[in-house]
Amino acid sequence: MPVAASAIYFLNLRGDVLINRTYRDDVGGNMVDAFRTHIMQTKELGNCPVRQIGGCSFVYMRISNVYIVIVVSSNANVACGFKFVVEAVALFKSYFGGAFDEDAIRNNFVLIYELLDEIMDFGYPQNLSPEILKLYITQEGVRSPFSSKPKDKPVPNATLQVTGAVGWRREGLSYKKNEVFLDIVESVNLLMSSKGNVLRCDVTGKVLMKCFLSGMPDLKLGLNDKIGLEKESEMKSRPAKSGKTIELDDVTFHQCVNLTRFNSEKTVSFVPPDGEFELMKYRITEGVNLPFRVLPTIKELGRTRMEVNVKVKSVFGAKMFALGVVVKIPVPKQTAKTNFQVTSGRAKYNPSIDCLVWKIRKFPGQTESTLSAEIELISTMGEKKSWTRPPIQMEFQVPMFTASGLRVRFLKVWEKSGYNTVEWVRYITKAGSYEIRC
Amino acid sequence: MSGHDSKYFSTTKKGEIPELKEELNSQYKDKRKDAVKKVIAAMTVGKDVSSLFTDVVNCMQTENLELKKLVYLYLINYAKSQPDLAILAVNTFVKDSQDPNPLIRALAVRTMGCIRVDKITEYLCDPLQKCLKDDDPYVRKTAAVCVAKLFDINAELVEDRGFLEALKDLISDNNPMVVANAVAALAEIQENSTSPVFEINSTTLTKLLTALNECTEWGQVFILDALSKYKATDPREAENIVERVTPRLQHANCAVVLSAVKMILQQMELITSTDVIRNLCKKMAPPLVTLLSAEPEIQYVALRNINLIVQKRPTILAHEIKVFFCKYNDPIYVKMEKLEIMIKLASDRNIDQVLLEFKEYATEVDVDFVRKAVRAIGRCAIKLERAAERCISVLLELIKIKVNYVVQEAIIVIKDIFRRYPNTYESIIATLCESLDTLDEPEAKASMIWIIGEYAERIDNADELLESFLENFPEEPAQVQLQLLTATVKLFLKKPTERPQLMIQVVLQNATVETDNPDLRDRAFIYWRLLSTDPEAAKDVVLAEKPVITDDSNQLEPSLLDELLANISTLSSVYHKPPEAFVTRLKTSVQKTEDDDYVEGSEISVNPNDGATSPQATSSYVPQQAPAAAAPAPVPDLLGDLMGDSAAIVPVDEPVTPSGRPLPVVLPASSGQGLQISAQLTRQDGQVFYSMLLENNSQSVLDGFMIQFNKNSFGLAAVGPLQVPPLQPGSSARTMLPMVLLQNMSTGPTSSLLQVAVKNNQQPVWYFTDKIVLHALFSEDGRMERGTFLETWRSLPDSNEVQKEFTGITITSVESTLDLLAASNMFFIAKRKNGNQDVLYLSAKVPRDVPFLIELTAMVGQPGLKCAVKTPTPEIAPLFFEAVEILFMP
Repeated sequence: MPVAASAIYFLNLRGDVLINRTYRDDVGGNMVDAFRTHIMQTKELGNCPVRQIGGCSFVYMRISNVYIVIVVSSNANVACGFKFVVEAVALFKSYFGGAFDEDAIRNNFVLIYELLDEIMDFGYPQNLSPEILKLYITQEGVRSPFSSKPKDKPVPNATLQVTGAVGWRREGLSYKKNEVFLDIVESVNLLMSSKGNVLRCDVTGKVLMKCFLSGMPDLKLGLNDKIGLEKESEMKSRPAKSGKTIELDDVTFHQCVNLTRFNSEKTVSFVPPDGEFELMKYRITEGVNLPFRVLPTIKELGRTRMEVNVKVKSVFGAKMFALGVVVKIPVPKQTAKTNFQVTSGRAKYNPSIDCLVWKIRKFPGQTESTLSAEIELISTMGEKKSWTRPPIQMEFQVPMFTASGLRVRFLKVWEKSGYNTVEWVRYITKAGSYEIRC
Repeated sequence: MSGHDSKYFSTTKKGEIPELKEELNSQYKDKRKDAVKKVIAAMTVGKDVSSLFTDVVNCMQTENLELKKLVYLYLINYAKSQPDLAILAVNTFVKDSQDPNPLIRALAVRTMGCIRVDKITEYLCDPLQKCLKDDDPYVRKTAAVCVAKLFDINAELVEDRGFLEALKDLISDNNPMVVANAVAALAEIQENSTSPVFEINSTTLTKLLTALNECTEWGQVFILDALSKYKATDPREAENIVERVTPRLQHANCAVVLSAVKMILQQMELITSTDVIRNLCKKMAPPLVTLLSAEPEIQYVALRNINLIVQKRPTILAHEIKVFFCKYNDPIYVKMEKLEIMIKLASDRNIDQVLLEFKEYATEVDVDFVRKAVRAIGRCAIKLERAAERCISVLLELIKIKVNYVVQEAIIVIKDIFRRYPNTYESIIATLCESLDTLDEPEAKASMIWIIGEYAERIDNADELLESFLENFPEEPAQVQLQLLTATVKLFLKKPTERPQLMIQVVLQNATVETDNPDLRDRAFIYWRLLSTDPEAAKDVVLAEKPVITDDSNQLEPSLLDELLANISTLSSVYHKPPEAFVTRLKTSVQKTEDDDYVEGSEISVNPNDGATSPQATSSYVPQQAPAAAAPAPVPDLLGDLMGDSAAIVPVDEPVTPSGRPLPVVLPASSGQGLQISAQLTRQDGQVFYSMLLENNSQSVLDGFMIQFNKNSFGLAAVGPLQVPPLQPGSSARTMLPMVLLQNMSTGPTSSLLQVAVKNNQQPVWYFTDKIVLHALFSEDGRMERGTFLETWRSLPDSNEVQKEFTGITITSVESTLDLLAASNMFFIAKRKNGNQDVLYLSAKVPRDVPFLIELTAMVGQPGLKCAVKTPTPEIAPLFFEAVEILFMP
């Protein structure tokens, strides 16, 4: 049964109720007490996000300083429940214009109640598209997209749009200048052994879109991915153009993309929502270009001294550069004194996370940089366990670079009025979980 | 752009309710609206604002949609508690359901359905009927769900008024969202109904598959879940369905993906073509892997489901093991599940890589995770014969790190490896023996002892090693004692020399005479009899070849697995339990009670450490064919002891009434020919009393009461005569019999047994047993200085420390606990915090001035009390634990 929730609670970290909405009668009103005593006040809290207590199950997530707790007593669809929470939070954020936290909830509780009533009925999620909801759920502070029109005047066909086949875009939009911004954002996840072997490496990419288009346009996106290109050349019965093709392991699409058409024709065609949204996500494991190599050597010299040497090499094009490079090098808890030299950037010992934090603001391609440090430790008496070395972690952003090599080949826009569109494309590669064991 | 609603929470002045009442009746719209907001804010934080019901409902007739919604929200929460007043709202609801604005029509129907008051339900029917046929799809989709609500309140009404037919018509609606909600409602009604309501045939199937392309992501979930129950008629149809569903695997919504996977797996059962199956497996892998880049909670749900999927179709993810490697910052619940799947996917091809990972995990910080990683290595060894040697060498490397819990865990799994591959890897025993001293967990100790016993002939100093364990035999936990017993017998049978012979005598003596554990005693008697009657037979039995174990742990029964797979993405698939195991509501077509509060106590979790997933391989070492006969335990000769004793049999005097809870019955009226005796040891003003209540339920007067105590561990005896007046039929008498200590001591192990005999002039002598409650014996001078306490604690060897956990005891407050204990002469020494647990130290003194040190660990308000005691005479510890149970009894 696809019920996702019988009741939803928003609690702060102390367990105070910020919002509660009961959708079904099968859970009692005191369930939140059970959650507090059996989960919040015990070690269980971080142990498992799905728990049964008595006849009820608790499905919960922490988002900033708020716990969102779903209570159910039937065999509910948990995936649906979690996804609902994630989407609902995105919706609230879009209404609040930013952060989702305890203060934001208190300041908007009337709005949240109104939205909760709208986006879930009897435990079944309904339409959660911010675009459409903003048509008829407006609050002081939240400006309707039709801000020029007088308030409280119902949008004539709002209900038809909520339930319509294009439930994510409203009709009658008009822009002077029709523009589309396309961002390809890739996160590189890496797990490398201390010897430099790649244990696991993948890229999770997102295609983010910002559309300012009039009317009901039909869009078609072409990438240099293998399947799409092959299909295309097959249909046009001419050989595929030479050049790099990328094999995507998996793609998922925003609900606006026609999946059946993607399946049969391998084209990404869609009517986009207005404004910003995530068009697609993909994953690639083969042929990933790692932007950085890290070569650590850590020597423990006796019980009280350590030598750390970390070399970071950038392996992307010499004309490009990385921004905001941070290398976190773990050191033991009992570190007393650190001495280090870096060839570029600045390093600092941060005792609260037991790491040397080395920051390099701008890191050009095809260069290398080194940190060498000497670390003195407090000698402890009965040290039972040797130091378990956590991995080195790295953060960075490389603009105009994709670790996968993915490129946008075309973006076509059709609208019956036949206007011209300006398209902008950006690429950026970030570090996901970029870990090097040492 | 954010609002400023937080001000509504801040009115905490006295007289809040009257003030709100006034504001609600204000003539100004804005003031009324603010007041309703304040009411909702108060409701949210749990204040009772039901007394404002009429005032709030009066605000309902408004043009302002926002205000209307707030009033409705209030109604949903309080209508049940004010059913008579709720009727006031009906008119507005009915009027609203005919409003020209579809949003208001839908809102009225939606809210009415949430109000579970019979009278309102009656009025719901007509508007609902209209709304189901409304022109506006938004109203229709709301009405569709409302039918399910109504069914939940009054199923008969739904059937009588023909709502089911109307709902079925909506499946053919031209709006996909209406279709989706109608499907959800019908599926739910079907689930709770005993008669067939919603059966999917090929026409509805086609309709729904078409709607799938057009409806919202959630609607797709409703439809896929409903369709997953559909059984295709032949492989062709199944293939067709699957073809229509596979595009859903590309959806960004994880719930859509999992529901699609569920449906595909169901249909795959029917598909015969291996090509199609292979192709489907290939298609399902990437979306499943992609789920692992979602939020950790969603990853967890995905991993629990993947665990099921790989059991059914291992090929799907056979090449994807790398994606299950743990990231350093993964939450622990994700790591545990990943580990479980890695074991399932481990194969000869990838084992080297997997072992490297496990080894890495075994050096991480979280103890539970480290242990699981070590066990994982053992399970791979058992699963993959060709990799066993590599697994063992990794385990040996880990043992060399000498981290205590890693070593213990490694020994436990190595024992299992020995059972899987007998006579293969025994060469490593010598290495294992080096770690002997570090073992302090029962399971690890028991495993090591089993290894020594099993391979006694190859270990030169097996007798020495076992002897070192034997020294503490009485203090060991039962698990270790049983292993020691068996191992010693094995040793004796393999090397029947002088030393093992001596050892076996000691063990059998210990295990038959000086233990209270019936399992141990029975096993010891079996061995004893076997060895004394036919040593050759004993060899056949004890040294019989054991069946080779396999790694079947964590494999679910095929039928259960199929049921769970049919429930992919639901709670059932996360708990790995069929829905009926945790859903308590019954199928019903009549009205149900509305009392569904949770039951305290029964708690289950999917903690990866609990029994259901414990990777322990079978380890029952007692040969099953052992003869079952055992010598009866000796019965103490009470009569002889009792009556042969010269101590006074005493006459009676007047009663005294002790306070406190009722005394436990020691001699029920049914066995005392109508005489019932309740009694317990108590302590008052430094004196031990035997507090008694005698009730005469017989037909005659009873007089001339006398009492006698048998020899006991503390030498308790009556100081003077029992003073009870003649008891008329139906009357009772209380008395406090003064007692002395150390008078008639029994020999043998310390026990709480107190055997008592009571006689009177009319009846035979009654014998009964009572328990010596230790806290009655704690003397008033048991208070210790902090320094002395610490010194005493340190001076006592660790073997004098005994621990026990009471899961049923809850400490509600530290102060009341200390008061309670102080009343029984347990004196508070110190307190410290350990995480969110409180640790209390107390001292006490038992007879003969023996100090008794107590450490209590508990979390206030949480069940569970850990109790550790240290004393020069640890054999009285079990008595103390009994006392704790009595003291904390609710």
